[in-house]
Amino acid sequence: MGDEERPFDLMSRRDALKVMLLGATGLTFAGRIPAFAQAAAAQVGAPQARAKAVIQIWLWGGPPHTDTFDPKPNAGYDYCGPLNSVTQTNVPGIELGQMLPQLAQQADKYSIIRSMTHGINGHETAAYITQTGRRPGGRLVYPALGALASKFFGYDGGYRGLVPPYIVLTQPQGRFDEAGFLGPRYKPFATGGDPNASRFVVEGVVAGNITDERQAARRELLHSLDALKQDLPDHPQAAKLDTTEAKAYDMILGDAGKLFDLSTEDTEVRQAYGRNTFGQSCLMARRLVEAGVPWVTINYGGWDTHKQHFETMRWKLPQMDTAMAMLLQDLSDHGLLDSTIVWWSGEFGRTPRVAWEAPWNGGRHHFGQCFSAVLAGGGFKGGQVVGASDATGEHVAERPVYPIDVLGSICELLGIDPEGPMPNPRGQDLRVMSTDDQPADSVGRLREIM
Amino acid sequence: MRPSLLAMGVLVAALGTQAAWSQPVSPFESESWSAPENGVDTRVFALLQQRGIEPANPCSDAVFIRRAFIDTIGTLPESSEVEQFLQDERPDKRARLIDELLQRDEFADYWALKWCDLLRVKAEFPINLWPNAVQAYHRWVYEQVRENRPYDEFARELLTSSGSNFRVAPVNFYRAAQSREPSGLAEAAALTFMGARTAAWPQDRRDGMAAFFSRVAYKGTDEWKEEIVYPDLTGDEAIDALFPDGTAVRIEPGQDPRVVFADWLITTDNPWFAQAAANRVWSWLMGRGIIHEPDDIRADNPPVNPELLSYLEGELVAADWDLRALFRLILNSRTYQQSPIARSDDPQAVELFACYPVRRLDAEVLIDAFDWIGGTGETYTSPIPEPFTWVPGEQRTIALSDGSITSNFLQMFGRPPRDSGMEAERNNEPSDAQRLYLLNSTDIYRRIANSILLRRIAIAAGSDQDELVRGVYLTLLSREPTPNELTTAVAYRQIPGIGSQNAQIDLAWALVNSMEFLYRH
Repeated sequence: MGDEERPFDLMSRRDALKVMLLGATGLTFAGRIPAFAQAAAAQVGAPQARAKAVIQIWLWGGPPHTDTFDPKPNAGYDYCGPLNSVTQTNVPGIELGQMLPQLAQQADKYSIIRSMTHGINGHETAAYITQTGRRPGGRLVYPALGALASKFFGYDGGYRGLVPPYIVLTQPQGRFDEAGFLGPRYKPFATGGDPNASRFVVEGVVAGNITDERQAARRELLHSLDALKQDLPDHPQAAKLDTTEAKAYDMILGDAGKLFDLSTEDTEVRQAYGRNTFGQSCLMARRLVEAGVPWVTINYGGWDTHKQHFETMRWKLPQMDTAMAMLLQDLSDHGLLDSTIVWWSGEFGRTPRVAWEAPWNGGRHHFGQCFSAVLAGGGFKGGQVVGASDATGEHVAERPVYPIDVLGSICELLGIDPEGPMPNPRGQDLRVMSTDDQPADSVGRLREIM
Repeated sequence: MRPSLLAMGVLVAALGTQAAWSQPVSPFESESWSAPENGVDTRVFALLQQRGIEPANPCSDAVFIRRAFIDTIGTLPESSEVEQFLQDERPDKRARLIDELLQRDEFADYWALKWCDLLRVKAEFPINLWPNAVQAYHRWVYEQVRENRPYDEFARELLTSSGSNFRVAPVNFYRAAQSREPSGLAEAAALTFMGARTAAWPQDRRDGMAAFFSRVAYKGTDEWKEEIVYPDLTGDEAIDALFPDGTAVRIEPGQDPRVVFADWLITTDNPWFAQAAANRVWSWLMGRGIIHEPDDIRADNPPVNPELLSYLEGELVAADWDLRALFRLILNSRTYQQSPIARSDDPQAVELFACYPVRRLDAEVLIDAFDWIGGTGETYTSPIPEPFTWVPGEQRTIALSDGSITSNFLQMFGRPPRDSGMEAERNNEPSDAQRLYLLNSTDIYRRIANSILLRRIAIAAGSDQDELVRGVYLTLLSREPTPNELTTAVAYRQIPGIGSQNAQIDLAWALVNSMEFLYRH
């Protein structure tokens, strides 16, 4: 789908002008420039790709770094609250928070960055910088890395998969426009629905209250009532309607629909991921990556715990622990982990010092000064820790890592040259994730775990 | 190919039966012309006859009312309007309907939309008019269409105005170009008013044309995003310019070259101006230009029917540049009132207008239709936080002012980006994504399932199944169902497991997914 929409490419201003001129002489339409779509992924001097896909586990709201991947058991009750012990992992010397025992058994598969920083405490701004690498402001709205991957590896890059190349489970981020200046063609396909429901209703592909029998019956009804098309059997538009309809039903009744049908998985596997929306989203993500989808975002909300923080963590962290640990294990069992990056991050962390005072009564607030991220697979090493925070988790103590460092590293493993040209419709001279744009004290890309 | 109606008529008459025309042709055709042959038809049919191409049959009344509504006001007729029209027995009812439609408010909405496509009315890149100026400009265009401003005055005001982009809206013509260089402005003026692409001209013509725009100047004010467009007449050099017909002209210091150009452009004997306008209006109504594409007029792209084009030009000039009169002339012609089903398989049949051309509804018209059926409104987005991005739910999409304000639907269905002002920017080709959306999205499903319009039909029909199907047909397809369709639709609800409510939903679903609904015909 989507190949009729308008692509553009790594155009210089001069090329853009050329297109305008060609358009002006009638050699091509302003609306259709297929030649550029074909050439999209060709980036001169791009690094060798080691990863084919990314699963972005996006913890909208901001997960607490000190309760998860950067525990500070000795910081005292004001910092730890009731979660004051740690779990030893299967990698000597690496400890996780006490609520993540299953992830602890997978620590050899991922690296933890404990020195993420951007200093921004607003959701929208932090979400933007964490996923685009840029500070907002200025005239350009940059795309999230997922949209960029869709530009490089989606339809413009020769993707011919059954389902769209950039998928978000299940809702788009809302207050953040993933596609930025790349435009709506590169927005993620949001499935909607709930993969944990008895039938995972996927927008456009799997209709909720319509059985396959009814789909077939009403399709027949359409055919018998399509009077104008019957009277115009040789009209070129009638032929186009037929082919597009056939493709749509391939999605609806064919293999694409089956891809979203989690009931074909073993009950045990489904249980192992956890029978909740996040657990089944992780399972769905594995299936999508298996089917060749280059970027899947799991939009995992509910982390903005200004109040009732610990009560929320009591049920939320076990779900996360089970599902994510199983995802890593399952990807590994399917031989997919070597080619699939799993990126766990929110837009920021949460205040290490607990807000015990009213009205919060035990909450954690936004914290962009120091937080954690996790990277696994696709060329990232496991069993490593990058950087460190101080004794309370409030400041970066070693090796500050900025969002652009993480994003640039992911780009490189995907085979996108971070220093290469960033496609943009104005044909401006922009770079993908250039080190020139990194803050002065950035150490650069995550060489130590690549 | 269908057998000639005339031949069939002769046959029927010869057999002496009275069966006549109860169901002789499809719902799209009728047995006789209801309009007299006019000046358009003599020229179109003469050429067709000369080439041995048989024109299509006349279209039915039902097809006509739907077509006339969509083509003139971008709106589907309501079932009551359809019924009234079908029952009307006055011989001139089509002409009366045309007159009514040309006076409706939606006429101004819809044609302001078209003109704003050509004038590149958008706030953001690559045409940076900015939101306030877009509102002023769109409003101005809307008013010109509503008041039926003579086309020569419309063009002259766009070309020669000076002042603030907020207060003197037509100056935005000079701000809505990708390049503000004289050559860029010349390109925009030639494309808009001469239907010509300067890139195809020899260099001396391009330079000569650009000279008319060499004194256009811009300056800011203290007001945010306000800009004054004015002729800079301070220089003391004369300018040598060249009209597109090759005539040289010297423009003295202190003279506004734009005025010199505009005065040349809109003279009635100018070969370009009337031709471009007549050809455009024809292409809007008949799906393709007599010179095709309508914005690619050049010596080596001749009109397929020169007599027809010069007749239309003459009529436009004679009507004192009344575009609406030209609409009326074409809409009342038999040529326009042909059925969509060609009777000739001659490859030239379509380009010589031997049938009404079938083409997909414009994105804006289609989403308005879905909003009307579903009783829903649209959510729009814009790349910049614009105050005008919020649009009241009841506002029609055809009345949308700004090309930068968009929606997923508009993107998916090929609404023009308004970057170049070219007609081909509009992409009415069906795509896989569109089809999936129409066939299986919850968005379309919800509109149908929650439609109060459709529920009222069900309530009015009560237990009368035929009446229900009839109501759905009249509402969605603007016609009565044929007996076969009635049987099929009623039988559908007997399928086990469907149920009466789902049967109505599925009937509506099938009809909105039919070519008949999605395409002008």
